[in-house]
Amino acid sequence: MPSLIDLAFSGAGLTAKARPWPHAVIDREAWTFAAGELAAGRWSLCALWGEPRAAQMALRDESSNEIGIFTLPCPDNRFPSIGRVHAPAIRLERAMQDLWGLTPENAPDARPWLDHGKWGDGAHEAACKYDFLKADGENLHQVAVGPVHAGTIEPGHFRFTASGETVVRLEERLGYAHKGVEKLMIGANLAAGLALAERISGDSTVAYGIAYCRAVEAALELQPPPRAEWLRALALEMERVANHLGDFGAICNDAAFSLIHAHCAMLREEVLRAAEAAFGGRLMRGVVIPGGVRSTQTAGALEGIRELADRIDRRLDLLYETYEETSSLQDRTAATGRVSTALVARFAAGGFVGRASGRAYDARKAHPFPPYDSLSFETPVLSAGDVDARVRIRVLEIRQSLMLIRQIILGLPGGRQHVDAPTVSEQRVGAAIVEGFRGDIFASVRLSPDGKIERCHMRDPSWFQWPLLEAAVEGNIIADFPLCNKSFNCSYSGHDL
Amino acid sequence: MVLAERFLFQGFQMLLVLALAPLLTGIVRKLKARLTRRRGASIFQPYRDLFRLMRKEAVIADNASWIFRSAPYLIFAATWVAAALTPTFRTGLMFSWSADLIVIVALLGSARFFLALAGMDVGTAFGGIGSSREMMIAAFAEPAMLLAVFTVALVAGSTELSNVAAFMRSDAVGLRVSLALAMFALIMVAIAENARIPVDNPATHLELTMVHEAMVLEYSGRHLAMIEFASFLKLLLYVSLIGAVFVPWGLAEDGAGAMRNALGVLLYLGKLIAAACLLALFETATAKMRVFRVPDYLGAALMLGFLGALLLFAGGRF
Repeated sequence: MPSLIDLAFSGAGLTAKARPWPHAVIDREAWTFAAGELAAGRWSLCALWGEPRAAQMALRDESSNEIGIFTLPCPDNRFPSIGRVHAPAIRLERAMQDLWGLTPENAPDARPWLDHGKWGDGAHEAACKYDFLKADGENLHQVAVGPVHAGTIEPGHFRFTASGETVVRLEERLGYAHKGVEKLMIGANLAAGLALAERISGDSTVAYGIAYCRAVEAALELQPPPRAEWLRALALEMERVANHLGDFGAICNDAAFSLIHAHCAMLREEVLRAAEAAFGGRLMRGVVIPGGVRSTQTAGALEGIRELADRIDRRLDLLYETYEETSSLQDRTAATGRVSTALVARFAAGGFVGRASGRAYDARKAHPFPPYDSLSFETPVLSAGDVDARVRIRVLEIRQSLMLIRQIILGLPGGRQHVDAPTVSEQRVGAAIVEGFRGDIFASVRLSPDGKIERCHMRDPSWFQWPLLEAAVEGNIIADFPLCNKSFNCSYSGHDL
Repeated sequence: MVLAERFLFQGFQMLLVLALAPLLTGIVRKLKARLTRRRGASIFQPYRDLFRLMRKEAVIADNASWIFRSAPYLIFAATWVAAALTPTFRTGLMFSWSADLIVIVALLGSARFFLALAGMDVGTAFGGIGSSREMMIAAFAEPAMLLAVFTVALVAGSTELSNVAAFMRSDAVGLRVSLALAMFALIMVAIAENARIPVDNPATHLELTMVHEAMVLEYSGRHLAMIEFASFLKLLLYVSLIGAVFVPWGLAEDGAGAMRNALGVLLYLGKLIAAACLLALFETATAKMRVFRVPDYLGAALMLGFLGALLLFAGGRF
């Protein structure tokens, strides 16, 4: 079996200034070979992104957790399609075409994705006419939902083809939350880049902040002080607890069970307030900065977080018991919205979506950075793959995170929280993977000699989860879609960039 | 003199149900909020909502037909008449002779018919989904309700509500299994008919899971106010109906004095509050069921009603 490093050496060799993973420029032959390996399931796709006249791909070897980043120069803005043989790449390639004008050759789906025709004149809009996939059969009808919904949620369009109540096909249409983040990043300084990164998906502010900062630090060979790394982990775990609590309640609320929702909302609020007390912001925006952490925590605030962790642990047990013992609720979640293990493995879906379907990948374990390499925690994995399993994974992860929070506060080292970024007068490349609450966020940053961002790409975990939602809903009834959707809770903003 | 009194009381009851219906919904909402440790809106919020909607402009789709425009009034009128006929605090009203259980089922059926038509009128996907689900529920709920009604009518020897209520208060009733079965059937139907959890969720924002809300999604302004008011009235009607048939104590009789009538009103208020408490408790403790479980649920109600009727034929004093 070829390893990723063999692929890297096949072409012009490694790029010298790329950290922490090998980065190589490869030719079309090697690119196509990689596509074949992806299709065979030996490697998994970590990210695929573009820039003018180059396509980039990050691959992961599932058996060794090795990561390799590859660049394919495309002088004519064309590259061999990965999506032709490996379905998870299809939407990424469509986005590359919309954002960077790179054409995947022989792509299975040539329709635009993020570009809805609103970025140009009328002719452009006409060229972006969108045909939904067909479903043939007797007595089929279509139900169009969104992008504006009855509740206050993010915009996304869902096209159901149903036979009565049973969904035959669901097709998503995303891109309504496109903000042009990638373009804004170009030429931004490090601070402006951080502000943009944190806003890619607001609920994962800390995870995105850490991913961005770690990529920048890798590029600059900057080592943040230990205390900063521990504080980052604390913020990351608090964000995870807050979001998982919110999701747990929201899923139950979608089954019209408001009791758990109300209690989870209260607990989540307490986490946010503790975050405000310790880090100076409910969502901890601007806390993680390149080179360290910007905040002043009092000992009292940290002690408050520790007490809160104990309190949540106790209350969560009661809520989980209620969840398990309410048969009307179990009836809704169990066996609803199943995703198969094979599909999750193929899409390399991270987070609770992957772990509820038997994929044990956790970036904190697979690519550990301090302090996770010295903390003890487990990655819960279930195999049922239904809404119920995704709820349970969340609850189990909250417990692990609470455990981590206690360990971090007990072992928090003293000392500095921040070191200044050095000035380097050469091009630098860095990458990072961070486990946000939804799953692994991949970040790649290339800095120009003047210290500005030349190109920054951040791949949200939702890219590999949204397509699985389509598979999960198939065969379920339309009325169960909200429940399936909430159990996935994919990011619109993070995906639409 | 008697006629004038009956007429007056009938008029009073018509206004009473109108005045109390939003309050009942307000109390249920408040209790549900308190049960989930929220503060909740005031119990008078439904009145404010109605006034707000009445003042607002009604937005109507271009392709809406006269059905869409007239349905809210028809629905409101049919439900109001049904609610005003059901004994609340007193029997022996002007139109008691027409307050037949089957008439009430028919009035509610007509209201539902117009609502389902209106849901489909504009041609949106959600209206259609809502109407088709509503009709599926109705197909099971109406027979179940009629069977429960038959059971009661067989025991009481009349389908006229005043007579039924009078009979239920007499010693001739005793403890009957068939009546208990009919009561449970009627309560189950009432929950389904009023779009409450576990059949439907009146507070949902999820357009794909809605039943009642999906049908009225296109309505706004005074039209929506009429429909909302009708659903408040419907909840009140079911509580009054179950109260009058199964807990008839406190109902003032024909020709009773002012004190008895005042007591009747007070006891009626008590019944409403008790029903609101039970409903809020039940709704907080259950999740909404899958749409396709609803036939199972209403099938159970149907079987209960059927069993009740059967027991009466099987003989004796069940």
